[in-house]
Amino acid sequence: MAAEESYPDGLKYHPEHDWARIEGDEATVGITWFAQDALGELVHFEAPEPGTSVAKDTSYGEVESVKAVSDVIAPLSGEILEVNQKAVEAPETVNEDPYGEGWLLRIKLSDPAEVDALLDLEAYKQHVADS
Amino acid sequence: MKLIYEQSQPGRRASTLPRYDLPAVEVPAELRREEPPRLPEVSEPELVRHFTALSTRNFGIDTGFYPLGSCTMKHNPRVNERVVALPGFKDLHPHQDEESAQGALELMWRLQEILKEVSGLDACSLQPAAGSQGELTGLMLMRAYFADRGEDERDTIITADTAHGTNPASVTMAGYKLEKVATDARGNLDLDDLRSKVNVRTAGLMLTNPSTLGLFDEHIVEVAAIFHEAGSLLYYDGANLNAVCGISRPGDMGFDIVHINLHKTFSQPHGGGGPGGGPIVVRKSLEPFLPVPAVVREGDAFRLDSDRPKSIGKVRGFTGPFGVFVRSYAYIRAYGPALREMSETAVLNANYMLARLREAYELPYDRLCMHEFVLSARNLKREHGITALDVAKRLMDYDYHPPTVYFPLVVPEALMIEPTETEPKERLDAFCDAMLTIAREAAESPELLREAPVNRPVRRLDEVKAAKRAIVTFGFEEHPDLSGEVGEGRQLEVQKGA
Amino acid sequence: MSQLSLTESDRDEMLATIGVASVDELFRDITEAVRFRGDLGLEPALSEPELVRHLEELAAKNVDTTKELSFLGAGIYDHYVPAVVDAVLQRGEFLTAYTPYQPEMSQGVLQAIFEYQTAICELTGMDVSNASGYDGTTVAADACLVARDVTGRKKVVLAETLNPQVRQVVKTYAVGFGLEVVEVPHEGGTTDPEAVRRAAEGAAAVLFQQPNFFGCLEPAPDLAAAANDAGALAVAHVDPVSLGVLEAPGNYGCALAIGEGQGAGNYQSYAGPHYGFLAAKSEYIRRLPGRIIGETTDLNGDRGYVLTLQTREQHIRREKATSNMTTNQTLLALAGLVHLSWLGPQGLREVGETCMSLAGYAQERLGLPAAFPGRPTFKEFAVRVPGSAREAIAKARAEGVHPGYALGRDYEGMDDVLLVAVTEKRTPADIDRLAEALRSGDSA
Repeated sequence: MAAEESYPDGLKYHPEHDWARIEGDEATVGITWFAQDALGELVHFEAPEPGTSVAKDTSYGEVESVKAVSDVIAPLSGEILEVNQKAVEAPETVNEDPYGEGWLLRIKLSDPAEVDALLDLEAYKQHVADS
Repeated sequence: MKLIYEQSQPGRRASTLPRYDLPAVEVPAELRREEPPRLPEVSEPELVRHFTALSTRNFGIDTGFYPLGSCTMKHNPRVNERVVALPGFKDLHPHQDEESAQGALELMWRLQEILKEVSGLDACSLQPAAGSQGELTGLMLMRAYFADRGEDERDTIITADTAHGTNPASVTMAGYKLEKVATDARGNLDLDDLRSKVNVRTAGLMLTNPSTLGLFDEHIVEVAAIFHEAGSLLYYDGANLNAVCGISRPGDMGFDIVHINLHKTFSQPHGGGGPGGGPIVVRKSLEPFLPVPAVVREGDAFRLDSDRPKSIGKVRGFTGPFGVFVRSYAYIRAYGPALREMSETAVLNANYMLARLREAYELPYDRLCMHEFVLSARNLKREHGITALDVAKRLMDYDYHPPTVYFPLVVPEALMIEPTETEPKERLDAFCDAMLTIAREAAESPELLREAPVNRPVRRLDEVKAAKRAIVTFGFEEHPDLSGEVGEGRQLEVQKGA
Repeated sequence: MSQLSLTESDRDEMLATIGVASVDELFRDITEAVRFRGDLGLEPALSEPELVRHLEELAAKNVDTTKELSFLGAGIYDHYVPAVVDAVLQRGEFLTAYTPYQPEMSQGVLQAIFEYQTAICELTGMDVSNASGYDGTTVAADACLVARDVTGRKKVVLAETLNPQVRQVVKTYAVGFGLEVVEVPHEGGTTDPEAVRRAAEGAAAVLFQQPNFFGCLEPAPDLAAAANDAGALAVAHVDPVSLGVLEAPGNYGCALAIGEGQGAGNYQSYAGPHYGFLAAKSEYIRRLPGRIIGETTDLNGDRGYVLTLQTREQHIRREKATSNMTTNQTLLALAGLVHLSWLGPQGLREVGETCMSLAGYAQERLGLPAAFPGRPTFKEFAVRVPGSAREAIAKARAEGVHPGYALGRDYEGMDDVLLVAVTEKRTPADIDRLAEALRSGDSA
């Protein structure tokens, strides 16, 4: 069962439909409701390895539904501390709870100033409306 | 319905084989088969029943109307099946020398000449086994051509955003980079966008004309000029050739390399997914690079010529799928110059259906179509929450194979309809009636569409489950209980990609 | 024209509905500069009886295996195709259907391919098979691409004893794949695992053939081990008809098994259409090219079949697809399934045993020196003839017997080597004739 449409407060957003929860010099990232809705029920998350690094605005992996495949874009740069194994083993978790159990990566930020370039809730909601 | 493995009983067999009183020859122990393969064990009567039952659960052109856009599902003449089974063709070994295969070589040479005439180009190879392979071969030719001229900086191929997925996939397999050009509001290539993307790194264009929207590009002459002025080549994806045989030739449009889908335009039966044939026809300047061996004529004799130092090599075994050539050759010989009527009728049939359906569905491009047209079910989605997929599934309950859906990507909720020329008017009318009924059902009783199909051997299938579980073979030991938890062993580990 | 059914009045009604005056007007978007006027330069139409006669005349010019006793092999074989194959392939619901994009309309084809995938996995000892490749040559190119993407390496190693056309096709594809191709020469008719181990340093894959092009049995488990030691994928190109008596590649360390399916269920037909097969261990499933059919359930919980993992394929992944393949060889693969179902495990083993015993008898009756002494063989073997193999062939054919393939066409220093193929369609009396035909050449 996919979640109801929502874009929580307290998160930062990226135009490629990713979110980031900032916790000091670390962040948890995932894809937004809009992204999971466009793809349909996810069947696969091609995840990177912990210990590797991600760069803002570039792809760190892929998510697939039956009919579509999409790059997942890193909203921020850093080193991957943890990959959500639940998203790997049960990708539909991302549809059910995209901001909670369906998180994708936890990273240690290499350049915290990048957070300023992300969209806040209102700006992202506007971006979704324009899509 | 049971799988053939579920009907097997140990010790049953359908085959009888000769045995001779000769000394057995043993396979060395380290190479010997330990466990026999678990092939079916059935008697002949049950074998025939099994495959007959399977066939009744399948829909072909022989069953009914099959308007799968871009696939050209025309009737497959039965005489072609008779001639392909002649022993002189069916039992001919490909390593037979030329003198002993003159009939085969002559047939191939004549088919090459026909395809040259239809394309308006100079040289032909029948070797590629399918349209996609023809595309890849054409791109290999481009690479060889430019390498021969020392133009190594050309590393990019331009495709239309309406292109069939094979085009970009072929570009990658050929080692080229991909650039896309947009389609304008009339359904033509956007010339401004095109001009901005053609430069010294452009090796060529891949295009089908008419496009996957079923529309003939009104500026094809300018498009060709843009590429030729830049020193690039043009590749024609022949998937939609059924619209223009004898009406417009790709060579005249400005294309330098053409592939033809023998299973689309020239009636090789589709066989449930194949075989096909993807011969390529090229301008003289590209002839030296064609795959070997070439089939040539010397006086009254026909020969295989492998003395082609600039050839790209081989893309398939021998000279290509010969049985496919026999059928296509026979098909074209039955038409003669009246091949044009094939295309005229295909285009007439499509336009008639378009005229009947354009009010009930959205028409993205308001033009006459060619042999196929694209409608959008977006109005049904907006007003009733009904999608193109629902329309497709409901058509099944009316005994039609659905059209192509969700392609091309530039049209949301796309329905791509290609009737072909072999359909009589009554069939077209009946299908249009069904489409109009379905549009009404979408408004009045949408649950009929969402529950569809109800008249097929199965209801809608869970493709998500299939992708996650990846059960791709029969589980001899432990066939899983699919209504509950999946048993161990049969489900492949697909979550960890390689 | 019998394929078209529109009458004049149909046409008039339709044109009126469309709102144009003539059929010609439907093509008004075609610029006159590219509009073809007049008739295509094609020969006049033939009626059905005339067409059949014309094709019969062409067919009669070919020397097929009903006209000549044939021991010609070298990759394509005159194995027996049972009548049930013809019967099944004539079912219009199979013959005239296309790719099963709409599974509810295509459960027949989908289930048949699922059964085919199972059969190929059983033969090869693998976990997943695709729904077919074009032929035995292109599946080798497919395997090289899988290996490149799995290992990230840019070199492939081919045994010289792999069919020459297979090697040629791999080299043609390698250019676009960015792959270096290295060949390992044979030694005495087979391939040395040590040579493979050396060549396979930094390679993505090692491809070898079992039985090989010379008909010899390779030390296949050792070749696979050599590949694996070097971190390369071991890819065996195998004869499906041999897999009742020879071990499955999946059981001796291979990552992929490929081959030409023709010998299992297809007529020779001057090389096609046939089917290539490609099967792999489960960890490679996401990299495989081609269609894959999976099992699932429908809304009612009933079992059904669908195209699956389509996100690998061109219609979804486009430029990042595992292959551009769309149309494949389904009908020929179906023939293969029917053939293997007809044989069953007993029948397949018997075919293998019969081929081997007949080949053994032939080697004894011919009394010609083996070209590769000491190498065990399957259904084909290479002998040295006095003089040239081509001359021996010509002389035997004058007696109505085609004795085999001249290996000198592809290999240096083998102008006197004749490759003789013996299938279960040959009899001891046929072999006696072969021996006569070759000996009569002798005394000339």
